[in-house]
Amino acid sequence: MPKGIGWRIGLIGIFILLSFLYLTPTLVSKLPSWWSGLLPKDKIHLGLDLQGGTYLVLEVDTQKAVEGTLDIVATDLEDTLTSKNLHFKRIGRTGSDRVTLVLYEKGTADTAQKLLKDKYPTYEQSPLHDEGGFVALDLLMNEKDVQDRKDKAVQQALETIRNRIDQFGVSEPVIQREGIDHIVVQLPGIKDPQRAIELIGRTARLEFKMVREDTQPSAATIPDDAEILKEKSVDPATGAVSEMPFVVQKKSLITGDLLTDAQVRIDSQFNQPYVAIEFNSLGAKLFDQVTAANVGKRFAIVLDNNVYSAPVIRERISGGSAQISGNFTEKTASDLAIVLRAGALPAPVKIIQNVTVGPSLGQDSINKGLMAGLIGVLLVVAFMTIYYKLSGIVANMGMVLNVIYLMGALAALGATLTLPGIAAIVLLIGMSVDSNVLIFERIREELKLGKSPKAALDAGYDKAFLTIVDSHITTLITAAVLFQFGTGPVKGFAVSLSLGVIINLFTSLIGTKVTFDLFLNKGTVKKLSI
Amino acid sequence: MELLGKTNIDFIGKRNISFVVSSIIAMLGIVGIIQISRGAANMGIDFSGGTSMQLKFAKPIALADARTALHKHGIARVDLQEIKEGNKLLVKIDKNAGATVGKSADAVKTSFTSEFAGNPFVVESTTEIGPSIGDKLRKDTLVAVVISLLGIILYIAWRFDLKFGIGAIVATIHDCLAMFAVFYLFNKEVNLLFITAVLTIAGYSLTDTVVVFDRIRENLHKNLKGAMQTIFNKSINEVLSRTIVTSFTVFLAAASLFLFGGEVIHDFSFALLIGVLVGTYSSVFVASPIVVLLENRALAKHGDKA
Repeated sequence: MPKGIGWRIGLIGIFILLSFLYLTPTLVSKLPSWWSGLLPKDKIHLGLDLQGGTYLVLEVDTQKAVEGTLDIVATDLEDTLTSKNLHFKRIGRTGSDRVTLVLYEKGTADTAQKLLKDKYPTYEQSPLHDEGGFVALDLLMNEKDVQDRKDKAVQQALETIRNRIDQFGVSEPVIQREGIDHIVVQLPGIKDPQRAIELIGRTARLEFKMVREDTQPSAATIPDDAEILKEKSVDPATGAVSEMPFVVQKKSLITGDLLTDAQVRIDSQFNQPYVAIEFNSLGAKLFDQVTAANVGKRFAIVLDNNVYSAPVIRERISGGSAQISGNFTEKTASDLAIVLRAGALPAPVKIIQNVTVGPSLGQDSINKGLMAGLIGVLLVVAFMTIYYKLSGIVANMGMVLNVIYLMGALAALGATLTLPGIAAIVLLIGMSVDSNVLIFERIREELKLGKSPKAALDAGYDKAFLTIVDSHITTLITAAVLFQFGTGPVKGFAVSLSLGVIINLFTSLIGTKVTFDLFLNKGTVKKLSI
Repeated sequence: MELLGKTNIDFIGKRNISFVVSSIIAMLGIVGIIQISRGAANMGIDFSGGTSMQLKFAKPIALADARTALHKHGIARVDLQEIKEGNKLLVKIDKNAGATVGKSADAVKTSFTSEFAGNPFVVESTTEIGPSIGDKLRKDTLVAVVISLLGIILYIAWRFDLKFGIGAIVATIHDCLAMFAVFYLFNKEVNLLFITAVLTIAGYSLTDTVVVFDRIRENLHKNLKGAMQTIFNKSINEVLSRTIVTSFTVFLAAASLFLFGGEVIHDFSFALLIGVLVGTYSSVFVASPIVVLLENRALAKHGDKA
């Protein structure tokens, strides 16, 4: 017995065993109870194109997060300067990177400079300059802080979106950051993609603002510190959308980050759903103060710059609970409750890519992919058997081995199988016999030179070896590049292809060789069936 | 069984014909690529941005009716395609036609729901790509193609020598261009899957080339007497059957994907089929003749000096 037959067969056997071990979670719908501990649990996942689902790429408008922070700084400065009796003409954000303070006199400006240095040590200050006869001063966020803020905004957005999806209830969602400001969301098998998309994409910035009764929405000019927001309502009978404008105070009294809970309730009188919200202690205190000070006036409940309702404050409300009503259906109310519970996004997000595949198309793709694979296998098997007879059958066994190993490897890596991935496997069926074709043709040549079957076999394998390695490596180069740059389905293709090419090297150079060695070793073989 | 016995075809001698044919194919491919990058050819929305939807209707639907229905609802620039099997309709909307991601798909749904009340449909798939993603994908793809080709050149140049490397890479580029040419002529969509097919073929078509080159090198080392051309011809003829058989097995697999794999990968497998065919042709008729040319030129130079 030539050296190495034993360990080669052993290796092949071990790999087959391992493949089936790793494939078990994929093939068995329910693992038995003793299947635990170190035994593999990962299975081959189906890509969204096969099981149906939604793939989203969101872009976080990080600039808005920076602006939001600067707005908060501006508001805070207003309060601080007021409380210190420092008079100012205007404090507000200008552009996207600075807060400008316009003061009446140089004296206050000097005090303000010191104050700013203490309060915001990481910010840069511009020298005092003249602005229309007043003293102006800019407070700039430094570049590193800007980057930090942007980075944090994406991180927060990701957490918030994860929260929302968890509460919405999707099994095995994938939510991950990609690049600087992109978030990729994968929702496999989702039934109502449109609803999920709306839920994810909403900023959900909740604000309570006082309605300005002194100005009509139709007025030509509105005060600097006020703005016009609209309440949209849909007539349930006709579906017509009507808009009602409100003049509200720009500055919000209370915001959504002071909430602890939001729940859907049904109004017993009108049988209409509404969202009940609970404030935390700070929010409750603020709400108590605001309602106490403004009895008889109206405040607007604003979500993402849309007015939901503008009730009149009838009495002081303490206890920290309030309700948001509007033209809700049960679904829209429950979605609103989810986004309020999960919190607002730190910055608006934009959906820049949305790929949704329905479950029926996915199943169709699986069936057709399998069908194509099966027919491909049959054609190749038939051809190889006719063309190379018994040797062809050995090559076919190598091909089957190849497919088993590949599936096992995919399962072991917990890889995702996509339709192009299936295509890669089918293509590999054709490629995997190629190595054997090269070897067989070489053996035929050697036999024609009059060599014995054994010598011809060894020469065939030896001389074809480099050619096979070369041809595999060139395919591997492109597969690796595809893996690096591809997304979704293309990545699935690259994974199957690269694994398949590597495995193919093993099966063609070791797997089929050992079979021949076994038969030829008996010494009875006078003629190779090739 | 043997398909071909001993052959003795003068492949290299026919290089003038093959060079003309290949140049025409390559030119067409280049025109195709230019047209695609100008947006004048059928570019998939993954590169251009836009919306594409696949709808399945209960009853057959005429393209003209569908177009009218969409026009009525203000969707003007739309590309419709029918999939005969199962009353399916592919709708492709330019990025400039709809407003933002999310709006076009809704608009299409609304218009079909209201215009074809008696013919209900389900949306089988929706793909919406914002322009920024399209730009990123285009750039990534370009980088991917360049890196793949570079990797292949380096590998072949290392394994053989520069002349063989040049021959291999010209053949590879030729194969890629041929795929572009066919897709351009058939007005088929150039999308990410097509590029995937092109890169796969770029890697795979080298298999045949490497087989031929290996034999040429082997025969050159044997110091066979005779002109370069004779050695090359002999080598190609010697490995001709394996060149054809290896391509044939992959062709069988790709053909079953093309015929039975379903509409999603139909064009993809079509591209693979073309690639396999062209790859086989080029290893014999493009790669080797170029190496002969380069070798002869090197020999001539050498001769002048001597």
